[in-house]
Amino acid sequence: MATKVFMEALSPTMEEGRLVSWLKQEGDAVKPGDVLAEVETDKAVMELAARGEGVLRKQLVAAGTTAAVGTLVGIIAGASEDIAALLGGGAAAAPAPSPAAAAPAPAATSPATPPAAPSVPVTPAAPSAPAGRVVASPLARRLAGDVGVDLGALHGSGPGGRIVKRDIEAAIAAGVASAPTSAGGATAAPRAAVPARTGAGFRDEPLTQIRKTIARRLSESIGPIPTFYLTAEFDLSRAAEMRAAAAELGDAYKFSFNDLILKATATALTKHPEVNAHWLGDKIRYFDAVHLGMAVATDDGLIVPVIFDANAKGMGAISAEAKTLAKKARERKLKPEEFTGSTFSVSNLGMMQIDQFTAIINPPEVGILAVGAIEDKVEVAPDGGFIVRKKLRVTMSCDHRVIDGAVGAAFLQTLRRLVENPLLLSL
Amino acid sequence: MSQFDVIYLGGGPAGYVGALRSAQLGQTVAVVEREGLGGTCVLWGCIPAKALLEAASIAEKVAKGAEFGVKAEKVTLDYGVAMKRSRQVSAQNSKGVEFLFKKNKITWLKGTGVLGAGKSVKVTGADGKTEIHTATKGVVIATGSRVKGLPQIGLDLDKTQVLSSDEALTLDHAPKTVAVIGAGAVGCEFADVFNAFGSKVTILEVMPRILPVEDEECSVELAKAFKKRGIEIVTGAKLGTAKKAKGGVTIPVEAGGEKKEMTFDIVLVAAGRAPNVESIGAKEAGVQLTERGFIKINATFETTAKGVYAIGDVAGPPMLAHKGSREGHVVADILAGHAHHPVNYGNIPNATYCHPEVASIGLTEAQCKEKGLQYKVGKFPFSANGRARTSGETEGFVKVIREATYGEILGAHIIGAHATEMIHEFAVARENEYTVEEIDLAIHAHPTLSEAIAEAVLDSMGKMLHA
Repeated sequence: MATKVFMEALSPTMEEGRLVSWLKQEGDAVKPGDVLAEVETDKAVMELAARGEGVLRKQLVAAGTTAAVGTLVGIIAGASEDIAALLGGGAAAAPAPSPAAAAPAPAATSPATPPAAPSVPVTPAAPSAPAGRVVASPLARRLAGDVGVDLGALHGSGPGGRIVKRDIEAAIAAGVASAPTSAGGATAAPRAAVPARTGAGFRDEPLTQIRKTIARRLSESIGPIPTFYLTAEFDLSRAAEMRAAAAELGDAYKFSFNDLILKATATALTKHPEVNAHWLGDKIRYFDAVHLGMAVATDDGLIVPVIFDANAKGMGAISAEAKTLAKKARERKLKPEEFTGSTFSVSNLGMMQIDQFTAIINPPEVGILAVGAIEDKVEVAPDGGFIVRKKLRVTMSCDHRVIDGAVGAAFLQTLRRLVENPLLLSL
Repeated sequence: MSQFDVIYLGGGPAGYVGALRSAQLGQTVAVVEREGLGGTCVLWGCIPAKALLEAASIAEKVAKGAEFGVKAEKVTLDYGVAMKRSRQVSAQNSKGVEFLFKKNKITWLKGTGVLGAGKSVKVTGADGKTEIHTATKGVVIATGSRVKGLPQIGLDLDKTQVLSSDEALTLDHAPKTVAVIGAGAVGCEFADVFNAFGSKVTILEVMPRILPVEDEECSVELAKAFKKRGIEIVTGAKLGTAKKAKGGVTIPVEAGGEKKEMTFDIVLVAAGRAPNVESIGAKEAGVQLTERGFIKINATFETTAKGVYAIGDVAGPPMLAHKGSREGHVVADILAGHAHHPVNYGNIPNATYCHPEVASIGLTEAQCKEKGLQYKVGKFPFSANGRARTSGETEGFVKVIREATYGEILGAHIIGAHATEMIHEFAVARENEYTVEEIDLAIHAHPTLSEAIAEAVLDSMGKMLHA
């Protein structure tokens, strides 16, 4: 007696789930209650349990695929039962189904099985097994089936994320296509959603369900970039000492506090790649290198030239490049490639006696650091007396769709450690 | 001096649709327009021409009435009356746009606009007074195009003997003899109208066939229909320098190895439109032009001047009202910071409203060959369609070109009654990447002309039922 396995609503607000991994493979015996697969909902990773007994005959959705609640994801049936009729479409030419398969599963075995999604597109000629509720044009489906592109693994560029012809063509160009899957059921190895790693110095990660929910909810609250701010006060005493010592070594070693902040930010970003990222709507792009934007005020207005590969450059190199870029910016000599491509930005209004401020994120970046003025502040010394300390306030604007509070705070902790102990930057 | 979010320069189908969409998105909007609202489309093009074509269609139907048992006698044709009605329809539509402006609180700046510094526009009213208005988000140039005449062969527009469609639309009588130069959509439509109102019409076309941008089979079919109605067609025509005299305009015409001089009461120049870029201060504002004289724009319609955009005819071909309107819609979305769906330039329908009508979308068969595509053609004649027989409109066919393996609809071409209405089934199908199979699966009502589409699609799959 066959039982259809549906994507179930595992939380009250769940509309779709990402099938993280199959715990039972095609051919495995299952009984009611066995965990078939792990499903990531908008809240957590949950278990999808079997509601019938038999053999997991078919996995209809690949691991890593997101499917709407109600989508048919698998078939449990007797080992030799004909399940062609359950697979729907394309089966008309198959031999007459055996009586057992044609009989509907008794209601008792699947008390909570939700009805199949009413809008699952039926494509009579689609050569591949339907991969869940994938929205794709009929033409895209035909092309994908023929060249072996897994629709579930693609991001659609059409309206509402619909997969269209150009997406298939792009996938073919990117070498995603496999040989057409043979009719044999031997391809049981689940295709996990491996983050697409390219040779381009970054990796794209599809959004997890919890990221999607966070992004949607927070954008509804403060949009379109749900920003929050974290302010910290750094002690620059040691930095000041180091700066004075460097200056004594000669002009070649001089650096400004701003240079130090730039260098420390670049170093901190390498330790917190989750902040060194771009929000691309359907995915987050994490960069391997730090391309640090530095806001420069010019007569024409604000421009943000970029120190490329700042993580790989020493303080001297950053200092020199920052000077050159600022000069070029004021002389309007920046080339477009010199002010595009930053992965994180720093804005400094300290020289204008601004104690602290919030900067506006430069999308698709997800964070920006606003640097205030350095001032001498009186502090209680460990011995109970008073001492004067150089203090600097920084405020980080964070895109909450990507950076959660604790993540931003951890980044600032690292930054504080570097700025307050600048020797670490040379180690 | 006032400030708006967006200022549109031109109130034609690109500018006014952009303005409506901007207003819908909560922007403050002004449109600079010196004439009536609606532009060439409403005032001097699509709308009044279609009103005249409707008159032509009635004339044609009345002439055939006896066959249907409806015999009309002593029928008189009066181009002047048809023209007046066409002007009324045009005015109604223009008023309609004016009403929509009021409803959406769009400011109509009556006058001529010139780009100023930054995102500003200097508007000179009819009284000569000037005012400067600024836009915070962008100035959008939508000044359209005009017929430029053919002064190089002595056919500069003179409004009495050598006319553009503007003057043809206000003639109070149909000329005895008329030459239509250029057999594009406008030329074929006026040839149709003048023919229906009794003029002796000669089409002079430089290219080897009429409607040269359409699929060749449609050109052949239309030429057949026109010749049957007595319209003379000279294609591959080389025109010499024309001589104007009191009795008419004489044009030396060379075609098919034959040279002759042809004289007409009136010459209608329906070839070549030029973008209206000369008097808007483009150069001073840093707005550059393309080699062909259109305004140079990037993928978001921005010109080489920051904050200045261009849409519609002035921003490049195809010079079609619906292309401009779509661009207006999209530029409004962009300026309001809304997500936008880029204009799909590969899926813009062409429509010619002569009788029979011609409509198309996508590639012609010749283009498919040129691109080396693997394709199959399906064709169904209206002579085999029940509904077409009932109305006696059996001229023409539906032709669909599909990709050989996957059934993608590469192009669709319809010639016949109501072709311009029917083409949208293909527009929707192509926009959604439906293949010929989806069109076949969609049930078409019986009896309708649209059944011919389903049959043509079946034919492309080798499964035609009714022929």
